[in-house]
Parts: sequence; structure tokens; C-alpha cells
Amino acid sequence: MPDAAVLRAIRNVASGVHAKILARRKPGLRFPLRSLQNVRYRPSIGFFELLGKTKERTLTVGTVKTFAQTLRMMALSKNLVDTDDIATKREAYYVSKNWGDARFDEQPESDAVMEDIEALFRVNREQIGFIPEEKGGEVAGRLVVVDRDRDTGKPLRIDCTKFGSGAYSIPISVEDLRFETDAKFILAIETAGMFQRLVKHNYWKQANCILVSMGGVPTRACRRFVRRLADTHKLPVYVFVDCDPYGIANIYRTLKVGSGNAAHVNEFFCVPQARFLGITPQDIIDYKLPTHPLKDVDVKRAADAVKNDPFIQHHPAWRKAFEQLVKMGVRAEQQALAKHGLNYVIDEYLPRKLAHTEAFLP
Amino acid sequence: MRRAAPAEATGAGGMEPLQVPALGPVESAAPRPSASSVVSDPRPPTPVAAPRRRASAETLAARQRDISVAEFFTKNRHLLGFDNPAKALLTTVKEAVDNALDACEEAGILPDLEVTIRQLNGDDRFVVVVRDNGPGIVKAQIPRIFGKLLYGSKFHTLRQARGQQGIGISAAGMYGQLTTGRPMTIVSRTGPGKPAFRLAVRVDTQRNQPEILSDEQVDVPWDHGTQIEIELVAQYRRGVRSVDEYLEQVGIANPHATIVFRPPEGNGQETRLERVSQELPPEPKEMKPHPYGVELGMLLKMLQATRSRAIRAALAQDFSRVSDRLADEICALAGVKPETRTGKLAPEEVEAIHRTMSKVKIMAPPTSCVVPVGEELLRRSLERRFRADFFTSATRPPAVYRGNPFVVEVGLAYGGDIPAEEPVDLMRFANRVPLQYQKGACAVTEAVTDVAWRNYGVTQPRGSLPIAPMVLAVHVASAWVPFTSESKEAVAHYPEILRELKLALQECGRRLSQFLNARRRDVDAGKKRAYIEKFIPHMAGALREILGYSEAKERETVECLAYVLERSRAEGLGAVAEEIADA
Repeated sequence: MPDAAVLRAIRNVASGVHAKILARRKPGLRFPLRSLQNVRYRPSIGFFELLGKTKERTLTVGTVKTFAQTLRMMALSKNLVDTDDIATKREAYYVSKNWGDARFDEQPESDAVMEDIEALFRVNREQIGFIPEEKGGEVAGRLVVVDRDRDTGKPLRIDCTKFGSGAYSIPISVEDLRFETDAKFILAIETAGMFQRLVKHNYWKQANCILVSMGGVPTRACRRFVRRLADTHKLPVYVFVDCDPYGIANIYRTLKVGSGNAAHVNEFFCVPQARFLGITPQDIIDYKLPTHPLKDVDVKRAADAVKNDPFIQHHPAWRKAFEQLVKMGVRAEQQALAKHGLNYVIDEYLPRKLAHTEAFLP
Repeated sequence: MRRAAPAEATGAGGMEPLQVPALGPVESAAPRPSASSVVSDPRPPTPVAAPRRRASAETLAARQRDISVAEFFTKNRHLLGFDNPAKALLTTVKEAVDNALDACEEAGILPDLEVTIRQLNGDDRFVVVVRDNGPGIVKAQIPRIFGKLLYGSKFHTLRQARGQQGIGISAAGMYGQLTTGRPMTIVSRTGPGKPAFRLAVRVDTQRNQPEILSDEQVDVPWDHGTQIEIELVAQYRRGVRSVDEYLEQVGIANPHATIVFRPPEGNGQETRLERVSQELPPEPKEMKPHPYGVELGMLLKMLQATRSRAIRAALAQDFSRVSDRLADEICALAGVKPETRTGKLAPEEVEAIHRTMSKVKIMAPPTSCVVPVGEELLRRSLERRFRADFFTSATRPPAVYRGNPFVVEVGLAYGGDIPAEEPVDLMRFANRVPLQYQKGACAVTEAVTDVAWRNYGVTQPRGSLPIAPMVLAVHVASAWVPFTSESKEAVAHYPEILRELKLALQECGRRLSQFLNARRRDVDAGKKRAYIEKFIPHMAGALREILGYSEAKERETVECLAYVLERSRAEGLGAVAEEIADA
């Protein structure tokens, strides 16, 4: 959505509220419900699609504070777009300290209101001037990212093979990046530790791939980066995470089909071509991995995923995998492979897995 | 303390001597006890000696004699409320005021009372002057009313009245006489065309007979009424149990009376308690004794005094709610022939009748002999007296204890200037007379303590009076208020009376709790309104920032927002009210 359209949308919502007020009637704001209950998994398009469920915030005594904060936040966003400026979520929280009684006491409150507005306009928060705090993720491997010089505007070629033991940082906005690569696939890795090992031993050279460190649940920028890279060069994406409900249902699932909370923007922030390399529950048996017992929270998360996650529900293979995991009652981390030798993962595990990509979980 | 008339043990017997056998021999045994012997124990510790016959029945008989009432009083004055100088002053005022109000009401006159206390030379000499606008007293009666104990019109009747025993005012006069040697002075006039007389009267304490010291005709600036003047040793103080406080309370229980008070301090300054009602309370009707309340001795006396010949007629004529048929039934059940002459009844027969009377079912006594202050007047009295936020009152329907009808009423004032951190200010009244002493021994106090005030939103430490900015005026009216003692300071704990007291207190408590809840809701609403108002400018401001409208438009927006939110708040309250109604 171009800036002008965003501004128009903000004005429209504001004047709707204003008209209701002048008519001495309770104004209301209607937001799409941001939760897994309001998404559907459509394999044909490959991501969580927003359903029609909405929540209405009508102005009453109970909602008056949040209502005022929402309008304040909308005004701030309008200013940011008007002046082509940005504010981080944290900065927006500090700006609210000028709002007297309407200020936010804690940042999660301001984040929630921001996400409400984002959903209200069905835009990405960067489009309304708000940017996240978190790092986008790191990249190493056979890839040249073409960016633009901030001052001159000239193209800037960044060779991701030339970071040595370091890595390229995915920027907040990846929309204008271009890519040059002859890699055969992208390997998205959960932990920085595993990423470090693979970089250290130049695994990308050996496997002719691009390594991406997600650092937990991938940020929007990270997801968008992987998506654009995979789309433009028709690269398969393999995901390598811990074998526990969090690694599968949160990290992998969010990368592949998006989240319930940001369902209104999943279309852009998903990687439908992602496939699950490991570690699978079966790997624990096949590779005789050392394990830890599942924590209560893991069991709960697994049950919740099977029951409420439209993506897991859609795939019998995933349901079976979860059943197997819960039955075994254990989990295993990526680094558990070190039991067989520090470079077992490079020499044995990954090559053996990659020899049968058709066997990857969906 | 100076005594004008030394107390003597050798009373020659008055007209109504009291037999006090328990006291008589012991006290009389001391040879001519002096006044001081009244205070201290006259008998030194008796050394233990071998048993020896000291007196024969005959020698004892020679010493046994009547004791003058007056003398009994001098030795037992604490029973009548003259324990100490401060209390004596209060009791004197109280007795005079009681008499004045009773006199006015009986004559159908709206009472105008003037109470003056003057301090004489010396710390402890005071003169109490109480004047009323009552019917006045016939000259011939004055000496006997004021100069003789146990003379009165009310003892023999059963109806609501302040005085009952005919002791009060003469006892006050006698106290003055005993402490200052001065007689009591009475000025009375019975009507505009009549002369006014001034009499100085004293009690012959040996014979319980009045003694007129002077008698003259005087000019007075008033048409009718009585003024009594007593000089006494006393102590005047303000605050709790003061004359000031007492008169204020008299005003509360007697909204039809106007009272002017001139205290000894303050150079002619006077306090005027104006009446809030221009109507006299209805006159309490006289009531015959109800069988349930009659004791054996009383029954014997009544049977001696009756004009009826047969026991059946005596029962039907002299008792309340006893019909001929019921009289027959009582006789039959008691095994007494209904025709038996009252004079010929054997003591066992009287006893049988007495036992039977308390067992047969008899209709409750008439309640016309009890006249409460009334809910509205009691409330208005409190409104005049206190600056409070909330007033309420409850008058119970008449109830009966031991054949005596009674009515309980409670007035309650809350908030305002009433101190908040202190126990409730509890005012007790019996037949419109404020009770000042023995609070802890009183059934009223027990009832107030027993009510669970916490249910009504009032703090109450366990087993104590509630602590709140609250005043309670509790009135027990009855043809015969049961007191715990002669000084009439505390109401006795009859279960029926306690029950009525609690019901009346609870009724007031419920209304108080409604008021407190409503006030709390108002406060909440106010807080909510303030809360809303904090955010209105932010909404209007943010919209202006986005839409860029004029300042005038912003003001309009603020106004509309205030309207919308106020309505939302009111609807919210309505919803809450409905929820409560549903529950």
C-alpha cells in the first residue's frame, strides 16, 4: 500500500469515528481478530489466511483509555508517514509518555495497540511508520545482496561469502533488495550456535547453499527475506530446528505459513516452500540422540498445536509426528548431534538428510 | 458537708412509713448515730468472743420501730440519684423538669420551661430554678407535693408518665435542705385571675411531713404555672452527663416543648431549644393492670381495695382484658367459687387465682396508654439538634412484656459534624426522660451492641458499640418501664423489650445501609466521571491531529464525547442496578 493510500485509510477511519461522535453516538473501531481462531490454512496459497472474525471496540467507560490511546497512536502514525520518518516500537512507547493520562505504562500495551492499528488498516507496521526492535537474522553463503548506498543511492553489492567468521545482517526492510546467487537451497537454522558451527566449517561451500540464522521465531524481516530470495531464485528452503513443540509449531510453522497474531500480513511474511529437515521425532530414534524429558509446557503446547493449529491439523504427517513425540515424552536439541562428534552434523547428519529431501515433513 | 437536720433513728412514724426490717434493727442498734455514720461504717470490727446471749427477743423488740422515709433517704440517697454533687445537680434539674412536663401535658398546655442555675458564694452552692407554664398547683396541695416523700398521683395508675413514685422532687428538695439547710421555695399560680403564692417548704425528716416556713402572696409576670427553687450543694460541669446535655436530650424526646436554659457561667447567656412540633402528644389513657403483669402481693392489695363483692366481679372489673366469662374460667381453673366474697378468700385461693391468671390465654393489654414520640417528630428533633448527612427513625408497633404494653422507637443520625472515630453517641430515653447513668447495665446498650452493625456498613469491634459518626436516640415508652433500680437509670433486660429494641435498631440500620450504599455509588460515579474526563481531550486532540479541524470543532467534539460517555456511564450504572435487582 503506498503512503498516500495509508494516509487516506487513517483519515477515513478517523472521520468515521468523528462523525459518530458529532452525531452523539458511540463510535466504534472494528479490528480483525488476531488469533489462530481467525485463520485458515489454505495449502493452495500456502499460508494462514485471515477469516472474517472481528472484534469491535466501542467507546464506553471501560474502553475509553484504550480508545484514546488508539486514536493517539493513529495520529502518531499519520505524522510518521507524513514526514517519512520511522519510530521503533520502543520509541513509540516513549512518545506516549507525552500523552498524560493516556500514556502507556508498559511497552506490551503500546505494542498491542500498534498491532491493532496495523490489523485495522491491513498493512505491515513498517508501512505506518513503526519498525521492530529485533534483529532480522543472519545470512552466510553463496549469495550477493544488492542494496542501495544510503547517501548516493547507487547499488551496493554485498557478498555474503566475504564475512569470514561473521555474517550478513538482514535489514528491517528487505522489499527493495535484489539477489544474485547460484546456490541450490536455503538452510534456515534455529540456533545461532549451530549456524556458527556451519559457518566456521564453510558448510555453505560444501553444500552449495545459503545459511540463514533465525534466532528463535523468525522476525518478519527474516521471513520476508527468505521468501523473496526463494521466490526470485526458485530455491527450496529447508528448516533445521530443535525437536520440540516450540521448534516445530512456533518456529517452523511461523516461517512457513505465518502467525495468528499477524494474520493480516501473513501473505507477505510466509515461506510456503519451506520443508522440515529436522530434527524429527524419528531422528531421535534413528540417530540415537540424547534427550530431555518434555516439560509440562511442551506437552501443553503439543496438545494445543494438534487441537488448534490449522496447519498441523491439515497435515496427517505432522499430527503423527506430534503423537510420536508426546508418546516418547522427550525432546532433542540440534546440538545433541554433538554426542557423535562435533562435526557429525556436517559430515553425517545433513548429507544423509539432504539425500532424501522428498522425505522431509511438509 | 454541712447538715442542717441531723438524721435520727427514732422516727415517730409518718403517714406512710416504710418498714425496713433488714435495716431497722441493725441501724437502730447504734445509739443515736451521727450524720457521719451514714457515710462510714458505724460499727467497729467486733472482737470474736465466746458465744454469749447479748439480747433477748424482748429487748430487741423494744428497739424495733418505724423508720422515717426521709431518714431512709438520707442514708440511701445514692438510690435516688444524689450520690455526688454533680449528679445531685443533674437529678434535681431532672426531677423538676419531669414534673413540669408532666403537669403541662396533663393540663393540655404546650410546655414552656425555663431552667436557671445560679452559683452562690463559694464553690459548691447553687440555686436551681425551674419554671413551667403548667396549670399551677392549688395552694393547699403545695406543701404535700413538695414537702413529703411518696406523695403523688401517678403511683396508683398505669399509664405512661415520667414520674411514678412521688419521690423525685421532694427528694431533691430534701437533698437541698440536708446540704444547705435552706427550704425549697415554690411559686405557683393557677390562672390569670388568680393570685400567685410563694411558699417556703421543708420536710420534717422525722415525720415525713411538710413544714411551711413562709407563705405570701406575690406578683408574677406570668398567667399560670409553677416555679420551684432549690438551693443545694452541687457541682456544675459541661460535657457528658451535664445539665446542658440533659436538656438537649429532653428536647429531642419532647419535640413539643420549648426549653430555655441559663447556665451559671456565661453572664445571662441563655440556650433556647425551640419546639419542633406545635401539637401536644395524645394523652396516654389510663390502664387497669393486665393479669399477666400482676404479682401476688399486688393481687392481694387489689382484692383488699376492690369495690366488687365477688371475686368474679373483682377480676372482671379491676383487670384489663378480663371478661365475665374469662373471670369464670379463671375461677373454675383455680378451683374457687366465682361468688366467693373477695374478703373471704383463703390465701391458698388467692395464690391459685394468681397462678391461673398467668396461664390462661388473655388478650394483650390496650396500647392506648403508651404514646411514643413518633417517627417523624423523633427524626425532626434529631435534625434540629445535629448537623448530619442522614437521619432516620423507626417506631415499632406496641408490644407487651409481663402484661405491660410498651413501644420502642429509634432515631438515627449519621455523618456530618458527628465525630467519626468514636463509639456511637447513644442516647437512651424512658417515657421521654433521658437516662444518663448506668449505660452499661441498660437493655438498650445491650441491644445496640447485639445488632450486627457491620451488615449495615458500620465498623463495630466485637461485643462493643459501633464506631461511627452516628447518634442513636432509643426510646422505651411504657405504662411501667422496668428499671434496674430506683434511680431509674437503666432499663431492665426483658427478652420482649430486647427483641423490640433490636428490631427497631435493625430497621434504622437497613435504611442507613441503603443511604451508605447510595452514597458509595455516587462516589464511584464521580470517580468514573473524573476518569472519563481525563481521556476526552486526548481523543478530541488526536482526531484533530488527523483530520485537522478547527478549534471550535474540537470544542464541539469534546462536548459530544462528554455526552456520549456520560450516557454510557449511566447505562453502565443501570445495568449494575438491574443485576442487583435480579439477584
